[in-house]
Amino acid sequence: MATGPDRSNYLTTGRGVLSWLFTLDHKRIGVMYLVAITTSFFLGGVFALLVRTELLTPGQTIMTADAYNKMFTLHGAVMIFLFIIPGIPAALGNFVLPLMLGAKDVALPRLNLTSFWFWMIGAVFALVSIIVGAVDTGWTFYTPYSTTTGTAVISMTLGVFILGFSSIFTGLNFIVTIHKMRPEGMTWFRMPLFLWGLYSTAIIQVLATPVLGITLLLLVAERALGIGIFDPTLGGDPVLFQHFFWFYSHPAVYIMILPAMGVISELVSVFSGKHIFGYRFIAWSSIAIALLSFLVWGHHMFTSGQSGITNMIFSALTFSVAIPSAVKVFNWLATMYKGSIRLAAPMLYVLSFLFLFAIGGLTGLFLGALSTDIHLHDTYFVVAHFHYVMFGGTVIAFLGGLHYWWPKMFGRMYSERWAQLAALLVFVGFNLTFFTQFVMGSHGMPRRYYNYVEEFTTLHQASTVGSYVLALGFFIMAGYLLHSLVRGAPAPANPWGSATLEWETTSPPPAGNFDVELLAGDPYDLDALRYDPGVGGWVRKDPRSILVAAGGAG
Amino acid sequence: MNSTGLVQMLSVLAAGLPDDDGSSFWMPPQVSTVAQGVDWLFNFILAISVFFFLLIVVLMVIFVLRYRHREGESAEPSTSHNMALEVTWTAIPVVIVIVIFVFGFKGFLDMSTPPANAYEILVEGQKWSWTFTYPNGYVDSDLHVPVDRPVRLVMGSRDVIHSLYIPAFRVKMDVVPGRYSKAWFEATRPGEYDLFCAEYCGTSHSGMIAHVVVHPVGEFETWLEKASNFLDTMSPVDAGRKLFQVRGCQQCHSVDGSSKTGPTLLGVWGRPASFTDSSTTVVDENYIRQSILEPQARVVAGFEPVMPTYQGRLSDPEILAVIEYLKSLDAASSEE
Amino acid sequence: MAAHHHEHGHDPSVAHHFESAEQQRQSTKLGMWVFLATEILFFGGLFVAYTVYRVNHPEVFVFGAYFLDTALGALNTVVLIFSSFTIAWAVRAAQLGQLRLLRWLIIATMACAFVFMGVKYVEYSAKWKHGLLWAGSYNPHLEHGDEPAAGHGEAEAPSSTTGAPEAGAPADPDRSTIAPAAEGPHGLAAPAVAADPHAMPVEPANARVFFSIYFMMTGLHGIHVLAGIAAMLWLLRCLGRGDFDGGRFTKVDMVALYWHVVDIIWIYLFLLLYLID
Repeated sequence: MATGPDRSNYLTTGRGVLSWLFTLDHKRIGVMYLVAITTSFFLGGVFALLVRTELLTPGQTIMTADAYNKMFTLHGAVMIFLFIIPGIPAALGNFVLPLMLGAKDVALPRLNLTSFWFWMIGAVFALVSIIVGAVDTGWTFYTPYSTTTGTAVISMTLGVFILGFSSIFTGLNFIVTIHKMRPEGMTWFRMPLFLWGLYSTAIIQVLATPVLGITLLLLVAERALGIGIFDPTLGGDPVLFQHFFWFYSHPAVYIMILPAMGVISELVSVFSGKHIFGYRFIAWSSIAIALLSFLVWGHHMFTSGQSGITNMIFSALTFSVAIPSAVKVFNWLATMYKGSIRLAAPMLYVLSFLFLFAIGGLTGLFLGALSTDIHLHDTYFVVAHFHYVMFGGTVIAFLGGLHYWWPKMFGRMYSERWAQLAALLVFVGFNLTFFTQFVMGSHGMPRRYYNYVEEFTTLHQASTVGSYVLALGFFIMAGYLLHSLVRGAPAPANPWGSATLEWETTSPPPAGNFDVELLAGDPYDLDALRYDPGVGGWVRKDPRSILVAAGGAG
Repeated sequence: MNSTGLVQMLSVLAAGLPDDDGSSFWMPPQVSTVAQGVDWLFNFILAISVFFFLLIVVLMVIFVLRYRHREGESAEPSTSHNMALEVTWTAIPVVIVIVIFVFGFKGFLDMSTPPANAYEILVEGQKWSWTFTYPNGYVDSDLHVPVDRPVRLVMGSRDVIHSLYIPAFRVKMDVVPGRYSKAWFEATRPGEYDLFCAEYCGTSHSGMIAHVVVHPVGEFETWLEKASNFLDTMSPVDAGRKLFQVRGCQQCHSVDGSSKTGPTLLGVWGRPASFTDSSTTVVDENYIRQSILEPQARVVAGFEPVMPTYQGRLSDPEILAVIEYLKSLDAASSEE
Repeated sequence: MAAHHHEHGHDPSVAHHFESAEQQRQSTKLGMWVFLATEILFFGGLFVAYTVYRVNHPEVFVFGAYFLDTALGALNTVVLIFSSFTIAWAVRAAQLGQLRLLRWLIIATMACAFVFMGVKYVEYSAKWKHGLLWAGSYNPHLEHGDEPAAGHGEAEAPSSTTGAPEAGAPADPDRSTIAPAAEGPHGLAAPAVAADPHAMPVEPANARVFFSIYFMMTGLHGIHVLAGIAAMLWLLRCLGRGDFDGGRFTKVDMVALYWHVVDIIWIYLFLLLYLID
């Protein structure tokens, strides 16, 4: 592992597996989360490749229908619950949030560790489910299918239930930390926008996840005890499950995308060499999205037979979420205007994000409009849409953030050339995989189909080839990132010229984060920095300007 | 339709001209009265999307090229906030989404209000087949409808949630156990179209496909009459074969020797069968009848007890026809 | 209170990453409030399920409530309200540094919790005895002898949920509340099973689901009471360690907040389950 130039850092303070597993240091917990979720991403990716390979030809290609049904269920469940929901908040957020606040840790470090352990326990349950026969319900666990199928649903839902608490604890911790531990000078509207992203995410995590918890508990009780709430033969309502499920799972989409938007806000400013444009609009739009996200779940159920009025209301509310998202995109573009744009790897992901998220967001309009959604619902159009948002949005931003904070996390620089190649492959592979699916979907190819009618063969094959390109991009990425841990050039404290506080400590930071108490200023005042060829990174023009001891009000 | 000029131009740009049957790069043929409206809105949103997508990407590319970092230079000083601009680009999307919402809702109202005189067909979904019951009580596994006449579907499910989806009609409605759901359409062009199950329902979800046959004017009634009399007009074996296919038996039971969800019925007649409770019997009329009416009573070893009962769904003459058909399935005359 | 003490000779009761005891106290308190919000939402899901089922099948609740002992429910309500009082007093005692009183008040609260669970045990075992259990195990056999549901118990009852045999399930009663269509697909809707005229309260279809809801709600609440007892034991241990010396009362305060919420949820459960006409 990397060692700092001349002092011990959080990676070298304390040795041995136990010093990691029982650490209270937010940075170590963040790194453990990073390892955990990238492992999950790998696993979910393998399932995805198997699904795509099976779809190379109509009928059986490499597996039976039952195996296929399990594969797409596992792909969805692993990617959603194990990877993407904890992805940015628990891995990157945990590492960065206290540093951005100039703080020593999150407010509740023990709860933070508990969150990680809950993640592990939840993952074990999910793994047990996979081993004892997996689930074939789709990640949405719709009743009555999920209450009648013979597969290992209870273990998987209990796993997700526990993962939910992991997510709640992280969110709770972040809310408290942001409320109570901001440094002197950091008013709410001087917070880095990543923190606004995490904060609005945390609101959803603590308010929506408990409903998922009780829903899954009811599902488990339905299977184990036959309680009948969702069972039509007992007068229960199977559609009620969908309401419950989406009351969580639609906001959960914003749990995924809001922190991603926060990452993009940071990156676009830094790599455009310019102050973020329209800070307040971006900050408020995060909160607006978080609140509106609770009001739109019914748009997953336009064809479920709910009343026309219900559909109308949910359609209208759904469109309202489009607005804050559009506002953000325009503000990011305006930030680039007249900037000094450096196309380093993180910025490539920003451009990639803008391209893909634009498609993901705009295709949402087709699905929010009632008459078109009736046709497109549960087709590949929806599959393509949410992959453009979740992968094109969240995963791309996660990769951007990972490349941006990598030097801070591990004190090493990765190979920029390989990084650019990987970013390109991911972009091309992704579009090939999923753009084809829009066309299939609007032509009526239903999702979760093991077999398909002949006319879709070419598009399915193109999609599968795309997924292989995508996978190649990720293998290259894994290669150069791991290589950098051993051979990478030592990273300066501030390699990118960012003005947020995490770059004021060494890379990697010491166990206690900062030696001095910091005074927060404008997080996007990039003019306060200059490039110092001596250290190979950026330094403050006036280092005393951020020290409480030097000029602070006390 | 002046306002649609630009819309059409942009969508043609994005999608290519529609074909004669209304299909385009994006959409399948238009075969119902609502399809055109749905496609119009689709193209309208597509035009807006293409416009904004190009706006975003073109600006992005221009900025990257024009403001690319050069050694020794830093960003030009410029404002980081412009209220008028920001309010504008908040307000414009607001207007656009309101317009889209209104069109979408209007289209939805048309799609969800069937005309009073609609022809009614009862639909039942079960894992993994559809049955369509016509007003005279005839049951078929494909949906036959007259052209140019509103048809109303009243749908129920025997097991889990299914969803009836006919892409060419732009119709989709979930079929939920314990309640009836309704859908309607009016087909505009004779022909044969796909009908899918769009709500995931297990192993053969993707096999839960039926055909929609739109009959030309006057031919539907003839078809229905002829089809309804199949027990009289066909030999028992043929009638049994038809029932076997129409009532969903073939979804789980092959007649070519391969195992599906249920055991194959090739050469089943007179063969000894052993059951999960380790009893055995020789397959005869009584056993087949029991298997159809009380499928859980004796389950063939190696299979799950998942077969639904046909109690009250098949009449005695129909069961007899099925028995005759099964008798005919010996290894020598392996068919299909 | 943006207190910025620069001394690093930390108070040992303040964690290293906090600047002051006040910041720590406020953080803990905010965390607790957020946690309680998640608890409310957790139970909120059950309340919504309750509401939906009650709106669709009000008769089931009227029937079910007949079998709940309102006197015992009321007793438990009084016990919990009293315990809320003792724990609130405990917070006050902690603030004033009256540690002996604090100990007794915590013990009193815990005693109330045990009484509550004891009463719950009596109620549950009565239900158990009479087979008034959640739908999957519902098998009522009451003193009346001639109970409605027991009669129909034989027929095949396609076991809808777990695949396990359902004890005494009535033969697929009333799969749908929608009246059967003249030519409707068979099996969707069956005419309502005629109620047994001799039964004491006429059992509506699916009365069993009332007991599912009853056990889910009170069971989950009971688990929270048990967690409360554990929290009180922890408080006693902290007290023994001297954590509350010098008027430090945050931990007591947190447990008290939690306990109040458990109390409030019970009051709603009492109203919604026991007190139905």
